[in-house]
Amino acid sequence: MLEDFEIVAGVEVHAELATKTKIFCGCTTEFGGEQNTHVCPVCLGLPGVLPVLNRQVVEYAIKTGLALNSEIAEFSKFDRKNYYYPDLPKNFQTSQYDLPICLGGHVEIEVDGVKKRIGITRVHMEEDAGKLVHSGATISTSDVSFVDYNRTGVPLLEIVSEPDLRSVDETVAYLEKLVQTLDYIEVSDCRMEQGSVRFDINVSLRPKGSDKLGIRTETKNLNSFGSVRRCMEYEIERQAEVLSEGGQVIQETRTWDEGRGITLSLRSKEEAHDYRYFPEPDLVPMVIEREWVERVRERLPELPDSRRERLLELGLSAYDAGVITSSKALAEFFDAALDKFKDPKTLANWVMGDFLGLLKAKGIPVQSSPVKPEGLAELLNLVENGTISGKIGKSVIGEMFESGKGAAEIVKEKGLVQISDTGALSGIIDKVVNSNPQSVTDFKAGKERAIGFLVGQVMKETKGQANPGLVNKLLKEKLETM
Amino acid sequence: MDLTQLTAHELSDLLASREAGAVELVKAFFARIDQVEEDVKAFNIFTRDRALEQASKVDDKLARGEELGPLEGIPMAFKDNMCTKGVPTTCSSKILKSFVPPYSATVVEQLAQAGSIMLGKLNMDEFAMGSSTENSAFAKTCNPWDLERVPGGSSGGAVASVSADEVAFALGSDTGGSIRQPAAFCGVVGLKPTYGYVSRFGLIAFASSLDQIGPLTKDVTDCALVMNAIAGHDPKDSTSAPVDKPDFTKSLINDVKGLRIGIPREYFGAGIDPEVDKVIRQAITKLEELGAVVEECSMPHTEYAMPTYYLIAPAECSSNLARYDGVSYGYRAPESGDIVSMFKKSRAEGFGPEVKRRIMLGTYALSSGYYDAYYLKALKVRTLIKQDFDQAFEKFDILLSPTAPTPAFKFGEKSANPLAMYLSDICTVPVNLAGIPAISIPCGFAGGLPVGLHLMGKAFDEGTLLRVSYTFEQNTEFHKVKPSLGVK
Ligand SMILES: [Zn+2]
Repeated sequence: MLEDFEIVAGVEVHAELATKTKIFCGCTTEFGGEQNTHVCPVCLGLPGVLPVLNRQVVEYAIKTGLALNSEIAEFSKFDRKNYYYPDLPKNFQTSQYDLPICLGGHVEIEVDGVKKRIGITRVHMEEDAGKLVHSGATISTSDVSFVDYNRTGVPLLEIVSEPDLRSVDETVAYLEKLVQTLDYIEVSDCRMEQGSVRFDINVSLRPKGSDKLGIRTETKNLNSFGSVRRCMEYEIERQAEVLSEGGQVIQETRTWDEGRGITLSLRSKEEAHDYRYFPEPDLVPMVIEREWVERVRERLPELPDSRRERLLELGLSAYDAGVITSSKALAEFFDAALDKFKDPKTLANWVMGDFLGLLKAKGIPVQSSPVKPEGLAELLNLVENGTISGKIGKSVIGEMFESGKGAAEIVKEKGLVQISDTGALSGIIDKVVNSNPQSVTDFKAGKERAIGFLVGQVMKETKGQANPGLVNKLLKEKLETM
Repeated sequence: MDLTQLTAHELSDLLASREAGAVELVKAFFARIDQVEEDVKAFNIFTRDRALEQASKVDDKLARGEELGPLEGIPMAFKDNMCTKGVPTTCSSKILKSFVPPYSATVVEQLAQAGSIMLGKLNMDEFAMGSSTENSAFAKTCNPWDLERVPGGSSGGAVASVSADEVAFALGSDTGGSIRQPAAFCGVVGLKPTYGYVSRFGLIAFASSLDQIGPLTKDVTDCALVMNAIAGHDPKDSTSAPVDKPDFTKSLINDVKGLRIGIPREYFGAGIDPEVDKVIRQAITKLEELGAVVEECSMPHTEYAMPTYYLIAPAECSSNLARYDGVSYGYRAPESGDIVSMFKKSRAEGFGPEVKRRIMLGTYALSSGYYDAYYLKALKVRTLIKQDFDQAFEKFDILLSPTAPTPAFKFGEKSANPLAMYLSDICTVPVNLAGIPAISIPCGFAGGLPVGLHLMGKAFDEGTLLRVSYTFEQNTEFHKVKPSLGVK
């Protein structure tokens, strides 16, 4: 059934901007806080108040536009989007309608080794609404509802893609790339679990080979890549079923029920709001000077694609480069460590293995890792110069996470320095060889594996502190003389 | 001497010379209020205790021998659409009857800074929508010149309070003539400044792109003094102009020789009361005698000003007033049930008929499918009206017309016919669309009722308006005539 159709999808992404203050007033944008404490007359929309645009919001929008290859408008303005909802204190949202700050642009994605360019239609600025807290499940089934206006007026960017996405994988890859880019240019915290990035997914199906667009549905307010994947899979299946049975998809807005794993109709096209957009008379139109755009362009940090490219040139595999550049914080960690430890492949192994594993186990982000890039480099240098073995290194990094102490300090304190002293090792080797005659016999009979067992015994005797390479060498010499 | 009849600058002189004290002034004005307010009904609320407390601080200053600012210790009041921290601000609407702002409008802070003493808040047409103050949800303010007539609107309470000597001056707001038309009806001086000259922060919006706060005073000198206190850039208002304000009293020059005055003939069309026409012609002759060069001119798009205004203002109002929904402040209809009913009932019960009419007009004009034909078209015509003014000002320093086509009308005379009511703003509305300043000054009487002379100037050229007004005032006696209220 599904094979008969081609998927056409587009996404609207709402990302909260990481400005210190709200878009039209001086209130903090900090997440959390006692309810209705991050508010003032302006964001509460009290009678008589007026908005004053936060310049940082415009700068972040410009930065985003540049990172997404958009054109930055020379002339832009705000408009009012009028609709009634109790989380919207003015009953209109100050947004942008026909003259958004960024037009056009694209993002490059890669799915199964195939590169594809996804078009960006526009990027615009707007204010967030407040949060409703219901006594029951929904506003219509509750006796009482409360409004928390702390989020009201937090700046948002809405990034609208072209309907260029042809699969669930492409859609998720696009969103990952977009979020990664916002993270890299540091315009948004991208904290998905706090809802600082939200996705509206538009999907339609059409018979394979057709170039006409099918009727689409829009599912609003998804907040994780996983939900996007599940929601799209469900919605595609649902539409395919309707179409296969000769029915018609209804153009409507739908909502995703995470618990039940299904989408539900929210409102049809006929019931769609007439937002009655008109220019916001309380703000003057913006003339965006080209020098400003150029200044922002000059300060634009390295973007994920070029960073990944750089790691590939260092000899990392595509997979490793992808993982390390997946977040800016991790990529920066890697670069900083590489500054002090010059073997990128070994470093990548450690970062992706023990380091990320320990972070994940502790549930802390890279930025607040107790092990800093210099610390990891110090540890790896100890392994590389033979002071400790790789195996000891793994226990040392664990200890570093626990105690916050440096690698050298731990090695010294615990006497973990590798035994590279031939004299000290000879005695132990003699002892091991003498107490394992069978292994010696096996080795002499050509069973190469037997030497592994003997090395293991030596390591055990030295509590892992022996230099394994040296043990191997000395053992071979010993056995050959027997 | 009756203190309440004096202008602000005269009162200031008395304070400076220690011939009167600030508490004495406040008491005198409240005595006057007690005497006439029952007839005039200009106020929504009084702030007597606060006023006396502030006045005694001014007296302390006087006792210490300190000098006072020009408006310090002068009793005044605000139209009830300017937010006053801790004092109810209602817009004369049931929906905001319980609203006590947690902050003050910039103009309120500016006048507090200047040391003026607020006596209370003044009645108005609900949300400043109307031309007679009959749309107030609370009271009918009467014209002090004839209690059976309206004071004009929407700043009816503000002008009546000045005209009846209940305050020395007041602040009003003007969206389509709401300062000037009532100023004409009640024989006071009313200035609508250039859009962006006075901060709108804390002015409860009717139509954001047209609203402007301005002074209502007993003479032109006071008008300049109040402008000195309230004009200037406000970082809290993005539409406030980043211009330096001059000393407006420097424009109080008794000389109009060589000044070019244009008389747009479209402002003297059908509907103008013949007696008003006569009074205005006399005023023109007076200005000519004083040396001004007067010439008739044409402003071809004037006839489109009313329809343009009645698309733009309601459109903005429909959005500005959407916030009154009963959710977090103001009137909430009891036992509404669900949220949609709460919205609907609160608004249905909270707003009066004129406000509802304009919300509906505006909602319609902005609706998809109608936007281009109505709102967008109106914006384009607005540009043409502006161009009319730009062209006229290439030739003239100011333009002159009657402020209103008729003198004050009787209660109920126009309230049944919204269109007839709207037409009383026909001379004042184009000015708001163009964003330019205009003043109404007393220039005579028609049937015993005051007539206002309407002078329109270039943007940010309030100076020339004040100069012409001052010259006219210095050479006439109209502003000195008082309504008979107090001596009945
Ligand atoms: Zn705020």
